Amino acid sequence: MRLTNHSRAASWVAERRGRITPIVISFISVAGVLLAAACARKPAGDTNTRPQPKVAINPDTVGKVTGTVFFEGPRPPRGVIRMDEDPVCAAKHPGPVYAEDGAVNDNGTLPNVLVYVEQGAERYAFSAPADPVTLDQNGCLYVPHVLGIRVGQRLRIVSSDATMHNIHAMPAKNRGWNLSQAAGAAPLEEAFSRPEVIIPVKCNQHPWMRAYVGVMANPFFAVTGSDGAFRLEGLPPGEYTVAAWTATFGTQEKRIAVPPRGTVRLDFTFRGSER
Amino acid sequence: MALALSLALALVTAVTVYIFWRRLWWLPVDISRHGRGIDQQFLLTLAVCGGIFIAVQLGLAWFVWRYRERPGRGAAVYSRGHPRLEMLAMGVAAALFIGLNLLAYRIWAEMHFTGESPGALRIEVQGEQFAFYFRYPGPDGRFGPVHVDKVDDATGNFFGLDREHDADSRDDIVTATLAVPVNRPIELRLRSRDVGHSFYVPELRVQQDMVPGMEIPVHFTVTGEALKHNGGRYEIVCTQLCGLGHYRMRAFLQVMTEPDFEKWLARQAAAQ
Amino acid sequence: MSDARQGAIRARRGAAGFIRRSVFSRDHKVIGQQYYFLALFSVLAGMALSVLMRLHLAWPKARVPLLGGFSPAGAPNGVMTPEYYLSLMTIHGTLMIFFVLTIAPQNAFGNYFLPLQLGASEMAFPRLNRLSFWITLAALGVLLASFLVADGPPISGWTAYPPLSAVGSIAGPGEGSGQTLWIVSISLFCVASLFGAVNFIVTVLELRTEGMSLMRMPLTAWAWFVTAILTLLSFAVLLVAGVMLILDRTGHTSFFVPGGLIVSDRIIGHHGGSPLLWQHLFWFFGHPEVYIAILPGMGLVSHLLSTFSRKPVFGYRAMVYAIIAIGFLGFTVWGHHMFVSGMNPYSGFAFSLMTMAIAVPSAVKTFNWLGTLWGGKLRLTTAMLFALGFVSLFVSGGLSGIFLAQPPLDAQLHATYFVVGHFHLIMGVAAIFGVFAGTFFWFPKMFGRMMNETWGKIHFWITFVGVYATFLPMYFLGLEGDVRRYAELADKFLIPLIPLHRFISVAAFVTAGAQVIFVANLFWSLWRGPRAGPNPWQATTLEWTLPSPAPADDFAGRVPVVYHGAYEYGVPGAEADYVMQDAAGPYPAP
Repeated sequence: MRLTNHSRAASWVAERRGRITPIVISFISVAGVLLAAACARKPAGDTNTRPQPKVAINPDTVGKVTGTVFFEGPRPPRGVIRMDEDPVCAAKHPGPVYAEDGAVNDNGTLPNVLVYVEQGAERYAFSAPADPVTLDQNGCLYVPHVLGIRVGQRLRIVSSDATMHNIHAMPAKNRGWNLSQAAGAAPLEEAFSRPEVIIPVKCNQHPWMRAYVGVMANPFFAVTGSDGAFRLEGLPPGEYTVAAWTATFGTQEKRIAVPPRGTVRLDFTFRGSER
Repeated sequence: MALALSLALALVTAVTVYIFWRRLWWLPVDISRHGRGIDQQFLLTLAVCGGIFIAVQLGLAWFVWRYRERPGRGAAVYSRGHPRLEMLAMGVAAALFIGLNLLAYRIWAEMHFTGESPGALRIEVQGEQFAFYFRYPGPDGRFGPVHVDKVDDATGNFFGLDREHDADSRDDIVTATLAVPVNRPIELRLRSRDVGHSFYVPELRVQQDMVPGMEIPVHFTVTGEALKHNGGRYEIVCTQLCGLGHYRMRAFLQVMTEPDFEKWLARQAAAQ
Repeated sequence: MSDARQGAIRARRGAAGFIRRSVFSRDHKVIGQQYYFLALFSVLAGMALSVLMRLHLAWPKARVPLLGGFSPAGAPNGVMTPEYYLSLMTIHGTLMIFFVLTIAPQNAFGNYFLPLQLGASEMAFPRLNRLSFWITLAALGVLLASFLVADGPPISGWTAYPPLSAVGSIAGPGEGSGQTLWIVSISLFCVASLFGAVNFIVTVLELRTEGMSLMRMPLTAWAWFVTAILTLLSFAVLLVAGVMLILDRTGHTSFFVPGGLIVSDRIIGHHGGSPLLWQHLFWFFGHPEVYIAILPGMGLVSHLLSTFSRKPVFGYRAMVYAIIAIGFLGFTVWGHHMFVSGMNPYSGFAFSLMTMAIAVPSAVKTFNWLGTLWGGKLRLTTAMLFALGFVSLFVSGGLSGIFLAQPPLDAQLHATYFVVGHFHLIMGVAAIFGVFAGTFFWFPKMFGRMMNETWGKIHFWITFVGVYATFLPMYFLGLEGDVRRYAELADKFLIPLIPLHRFISVAAFVTAGAQVIFVANLFWSLWRGPRAGPNPWQATTLEWTLPSPAPADDFAGRVPVVYHGAYEYGVPGAEADYVMQDAAGPYPAP
């Protein structure tokens, strides 16, 4: 009885072997397509790298731009930062901590505004700075809150806190990263390869922590401080578009002409309702 | 070899029983009203399983020693089984296990199949990578609507409230510590903003996942026992793997007397 | 075996090149051996990862030599980051569950011995079998490739819960291409497992030799058969879920991701999906998977306890019914992984009841194992020691399942080390003990030589004590509320547990180190072990009627005829204390 069963099965198997091969092949090809789809990278975004002969800057003719960023209108209420989850953070702040985004200086100017030459400096050659820009984590806040960095320049991330941080850069045009930094760990170094305004940086373990990094193609940029003033130096004579970026009140652009050895006064005014 | 294995099995049994008996490591203190039922069910289950554990391990140890092959021992007993005995063993196991299940069901029903208690304090809990935030509805008893586009952690707007336009949001109190009064029913609404998280306070005997896209209710009442330990302060930890900071995702549960709680809430409201 | 036949085999071997004999061989025995070594590689890799994990848990600031060079981002200067710990954990779990516990007991031993025990000369679909191996190997390659991508292997665990696993690198390191590779690997693995399962099922149903009725099959064959059915039904579901998850990641579908999510300040463009859907699909696979890992071990242990007690299996029928019941009920209990998931709490009761029900056949098996030993004549070979160890570990691990099956207790112990201890004891080391037992038992048949018993016993003792010292204390950690999948013990209530964690780590290092003895014994015996006769253990089943190692063409077209059940030991009146299945004769009495 079993014997006949056995031979019947054998012939059943033999009969169908031919039909299994195409099924198998189709399974493999489906898997292959899925794999290819999964690993396929999107083509790189901007490929606007037409080679242009770069011009050296004549230091004798350069001018500068100075100005102040003002704020008009009712001041927005400032958010409160609560650090209860991590006593290490809270211990560094005896009083309440307020959000830096949306802050206005006492004298009616704006801090943390990134002012930079957006257009007009493309034809000049700039040497990449060798020194890194430092981003510190202190009291579970980023210092500075807003910073500019050159393309290819090293960003050195240090921690002054006795707690674990992670530094999560979320660019749109550059390669993102997300790295842990333990208390007392060695500084981390990263760099960005394309100009981008603005790259938010966040610590997910202290979700209120945020920094903004502007990656600049030229050295003509500044971030305003407690006096709201900025100064862009060493600009060759010519026409430029200067932009002022804020986290809360939007971005403004102005066109200016810099005469040889001249100083141009340029002020920006933001209003509370612009967001 | 047989003796060694028997002794090893006996030793494992003895050490395990000793540690459980002396409670060298044990459940944390219980601060919730429903926790006693859980702890009693745990003890009962421990008694049943402990009995089976001891019986099987020692039985195994004894058989290994007793029936080892040695000179002079005759042939093994030829037995294909004992259906009646097997049925009996199956019946006993089934009765024990199903019985435990039915007892546990009562406790589970008490925890989950009842609605919100009248006069319960409602608190919304939101999880995000890697923090918990809490929202009290304020005097109006209503939570304002959430606007996804208004969420901004850097300015402390973790819930995406629009206090300018939504009347219900204006008196909402957002905090980073979960403060609760003793002996008052608490109704938590658990939400997650990004990935799966979980709300776990071992002392409270509460663990519940926070699932994106869902609002999950949990209720409990904290007993006065809570004030006797750690100054009423307990850790809320995340138990659902949520990313690199999972192990650091925590907040604090602060248990207070009712007057202290009212004062605390007023202070928080003023600081909004 | 006649000289002519041996000559023919040698000629065929000579004519066929190495590639033909290994890469394209459709011989179930060659494929079984290849699966064995694939699982051996995976278990050693997975164990190495667990050593790193234990090191990090106990001494988070420790500097590991060479690791900084291998993974500069994950372990700067050799100090592991939390995300690297999670990567190691994810790959450890994936390797162990898929590439070790699914492969070694079922595909390695099953492929080699199922046809031999049934008296068949090959598997039903040899070509499919070959393909299944290569897809499994490809899956392993894809998984390990995740170590090579920029932000490393995934960190979402072997359960890969969305949205963490679905929304891409914004959710964390490893959640970019590493996670995609993981899902592709698992999907490939599913395909291979489905092929293998079909093969096993058809082989059992159609290729049994004359007289080999289902109720005369060895319990190993029964276990492989039921496991194959579980594999077929559960891996199909995981394959579908895997494809859906790939589509969520790369095709912007929303099976598992609901709307309105903000991950790391970014609004996610999905809407309408359900994270719980993944959990249901995953655990519908995941729980049967537990039995896929353990059932072959249970079958083998029944087999060995009988063989080395020189006594029939106590309650053979009950054992068969228990295997079938476990297999069937295994599909009705997946919700016990989800008591606190936000699933409707009413369904928790149903899943709890079914889980308690599935504990009953497990209890029956344990009872019958003890019954098999009772009145026996125990030969404590290394294989027998591991089988006895299996019973002890199975009970120690299984009983904690009674706690976890009760929703209110699970709500306290869920996601703590109590669960880690539970599944490592019952499905991790118990199943591995089954593999060790199988290795010592079947090595002579697979390779024609005996393994060294002395070193085998030394290995057993260190491992047996070591795994208890490693995993039993995890119950106590769990009672204290120690949460699993934490890279460090940073919380105040966890800091007092660090000494116990260090004890566990040291125990784990010793146990892991002892595995060198096993590997050395294995490879030494491959070339230097004493030659084995056809039936060194005086066992009854059909594989022992063949010379050792089993010849390339198995029964050489001969159809063995089976007259007895598989466990006729100590039959009163028989000449020897065992009766081979194909021994023609009047005994035993029916």
